[in-house]
Amino acid sequence: MQMDNQKAEVRIGFYACHCGSNIAGMVDVVEVAKKAGKLPHVVLSRDYKYMCSDPGQELIAQDIKEHKLNRIVVASCSPLLHEHTFRTATEKGGLNPFYFHMVNIREHNSWVHTDRQEATEKAYALTQAAIRRVAHHKALEVKKVKIEPSVLIVGGGIAGIHAALTMAEAGKKVYLVEREPTIGGHMAKFDKTFPTLDCAACILTPKMSTVGSHPNITLWTYSEVAKVEGFVGNYKVTVKRKPRYIIEDACVGCMECIKSCVYKEPKFADEFNEGLGKRKPVYIPFPQATPQVVLIDPETCLQLKTGKCKKTCVEACADRHAIDFNQKEEFIDIQVGTVIVATGFKTFDAERLPQYGYGVHKNVYTALEVERLVNASGPTGGHVVMRDGQEPKSVGIIHCVGSRDKKTNRWCSRVCCMYSMKLAHLIKEHTGAEVYSFYIDMRTPGKGYEEFYDKLLEEGVQFIRGRVGEVTDWAYAPGEDGKLVIRVEDTLAGYVRRIPVDMVVLASGLEPHKDSQDVRRLFNMSCSTEGFFLERHPKLAPVSTFTEGVFIAGCCQGPRDIPDTVAQAGAAAAEALVLIDKGSVELEPNTAYILEQECSGCKSCIPLCPYTAIAFAEDRNKAVINEALCKGCGTCVASCPSGSIVQNLFEDEEIFKEIEGVLAYE
Amino acid sequence: MKYSYFPGCSLKGTGRAYEESIIPVMKALGAELEELDDWNCCGATAYMAVDEVKACVMASRNLAIAEKAGNPEVLAPCSACYLVLNKTKHYLHDSPPVAHVVNQALKTANLTYSGNTPVRHPLDIIVNDIGLEAIKKKVKTPLKGLKVAPYYGCQMVRPYATFDDQYNPTSMDRLFQALGAEVVRFPLKTRCCGGSLTGTLPEPGLLCTYIILKEALKRGADVVATVCPLCQFNLDAYHDQIAAKWEPARIPTVYFTQLMGLAFGMDPVQLGLQRGFVAMKPVGQAAA
Repeated sequence: MQMDNQKAEVRIGFYACHCGSNIAGMVDVVEVAKKAGKLPHVVLSRDYKYMCSDPGQELIAQDIKEHKLNRIVVASCSPLLHEHTFRTATEKGGLNPFYFHMVNIREHNSWVHTDRQEATEKAYALTQAAIRRVAHHKALEVKKVKIEPSVLIVGGGIAGIHAALTMAEAGKKVYLVEREPTIGGHMAKFDKTFPTLDCAACILTPKMSTVGSHPNITLWTYSEVAKVEGFVGNYKVTVKRKPRYIIEDACVGCMECIKSCVYKEPKFADEFNEGLGKRKPVYIPFPQATPQVVLIDPETCLQLKTGKCKKTCVEACADRHAIDFNQKEEFIDIQVGTVIVATGFKTFDAERLPQYGYGVHKNVYTALEVERLVNASGPTGGHVVMRDGQEPKSVGIIHCVGSRDKKTNRWCSRVCCMYSMKLAHLIKEHTGAEVYSFYIDMRTPGKGYEEFYDKLLEEGVQFIRGRVGEVTDWAYAPGEDGKLVIRVEDTLAGYVRRIPVDMVVLASGLEPHKDSQDVRRLFNMSCSTEGFFLERHPKLAPVSTFTEGVFIAGCCQGPRDIPDTVAQAGAAAAEALVLIDKGSVELEPNTAYILEQECSGCKSCIPLCPYTAIAFAEDRNKAVINEALCKGCGTCVASCPSGSIVQNLFEDEEIFKEIEGVLAYE
Repeated sequence: MKYSYFPGCSLKGTGRAYEESIIPVMKALGAELEELDDWNCCGATAYMAVDEVKACVMASRNLAIAEKAGNPEVLAPCSACYLVLNKTKHYLHDSPPVAHVVNQALKTANLTYSGNTPVRHPLDIIVNDIGLEAIKKKVKTPLKGLKVAPYYGCQMVRPYATFDDQYNPTSMDRLFQALGAEVVRFPLKTRCCGGSLTGTLPEPGLLCTYIILKEALKRGADVVATVCPLCQFNLDAYHDQIAAKWEPARIPTVYFTQLMGLAFGMDPVQLGLQRGFVAMKPVGQAAA
């Protein structure tokens, strides 16, 4: 039963929440409630310990009935947290939920102020504004829109792969878009995974090939999301497919073209092997690449560069006709209901720390390079040899390169201690070298991680606590000639040590991709200060974003290891499934509408709408707003020269009264 | 462009070759150095160690005079002066109590200081304002075949790294390449020269200079180039003692401005090159 109170006398109920001591510690809520009770139309004013609790909500519903209230104002936390809660309570009392208005006196007040009196005055001013505003509220209806039962997954690392398989198994249509020529991400480059030391490829590649062949998954590699429009349930996405100069459907992955390329020997730095190996202009990133389709690099292919080549590859491909030198960039539009962003990370560029000599001393490696060296399918066939072909007799692994440092990245990258120890173990196993591990603190918080550390201590890896000062070829003491000398303050022994080694491994930290800001804008997400994508709530909504229907998983949200990434990917898939299985989503009715009798048909609002929600009815010569597309940004309202656009919940009268309320403060 | 020039004690004494070379080199690049009127000690070394606030007062008198002189920037070639003057600027900006004491002291001398005049190192101005392209145009006799070990010392980039990398400064490296010289990769480029230890505790002090000179020789350098008069003095003046204690490590140490002057075709004596204890061989013969 909902009464239409539009014409009736306004009877406001006001509630000030203590939120334990969260608000009451800084704002005198009793005083605010007392003063608010004297304002016009306020029939009832209370303060209460926890308004969001069941009894708190029940109180609102009961008061509405008992005191014949027809407007409700609650001063508590951010509407983001509990606006829905109190609207529901209002509805339970028999009122239209939009007769409720919320005042934020926690995030905007008690948590950020230090003066109790001033904070209390501010709370009262905001309350007064809300009370004046709510008198003009109208009954509104929530619109429901259908959700497209499909998902776009951006990024084909282990997070994207796991989320894609989960959703596809649940029978949903999945579009998986990956920027690189193959899926697999960083995990595909690893040799073993910590702490169990199982082979990364053995556990990853079966999942990769399932993605490649799953009937519910459309896989677009070497592709990027170019444009996103629409809203939860109805995203219109444009995917850019970069030319790989191979017709994917025609290529069978026989690799005859690679064998017959005019370049007899591989000549160009191989990206998948971190530049340690060589490839030809026509190549496949690695044997288990998914899809099993080659690609041609336009930067190095003779035909694409000069137009003059014998094209022996085309001959070899013969009647499959899979090679197409004229292939162009292609754009595909798709419609999806939900999005999972799993774009991963990049490793810290070690050259930013010149004191470690990466790029200067040839035997200084990044950890990712060493992953390829220890990998049996890597450029050296799994032999840990340095650039001069020698096996190292001693290796120093430097932790926290670019992490936990005010000058570079302040955060702990979470995986480096563990992967450093994994590499220490593998290097020792492969070469028998003496391995030194230089750490600040050993961070092993995971199942079986501390035990792995114990195991390495027993294996005789030398752990030295201290941040390394420099890696130098300055030989000073005996035995240092021709070696790389690691200078470090050993903070356990209490003196500065010089440790000569053959090879140095830099445990580079994890950081956001260079273009993470572009991706953020594409999906209208937020970023934390360091540039990782921001979750809706750090504890209670870790895979949601502030954009409905857009979820995040894996290292694009912050550094994490494989088990956590997979868990998060599963969670993101579950959240997306919840939305899809619900079938529809309720839209906030804060949309704009046209007062047709006043619209002059000038069309000035149409190009301004960022959501292309405004059309023009030629027959009536009036603008028309599509409520399903309108996001309630207010741009058209502000721009209309005749004032003929009105926005629900933000009508002129409501806003003016709110301003009056704040200014009426004595 | 006209700069207020703060020579400090060194450039009038042990480091006069720095002054003798920097003035004509800057002039050749179109920059005039106007020496501050009635400047005093910058406040470095002993003062800074004993009483930081007093050191700040000393430094800020120079800053106040510079502000009065009206040139947009102060040029401080000595690394110690450069650091103390900048450190004082930071202190005055960050600490109201220090600023209060300093302002009171300045008032008694009818001076004021607003904190707005930048204090710049000549290497910064030469490489970043004037630029390597302009410098290349001035080169008349390229330093072909000369192998230079660029030695920056500590104070130019620590603690404030305003214009170069703290761990691996490269301004001089790029400058000498522009002059046609061959730059030796020198890992000890910011290692301690011994500072004032050579005077107070010779044993560890001289060890510092010996290590640097030995490494420069080992890397095949013909000359060590520096930006700081104390570095230059330490690396140049103790060869006898080093030879007696360890082994001879004779290699000339010159100011970067002297090498610039040579490349610009200036007379070595005009540049003060005869003042070094270890003579620098004429360029061209150096490689032979």
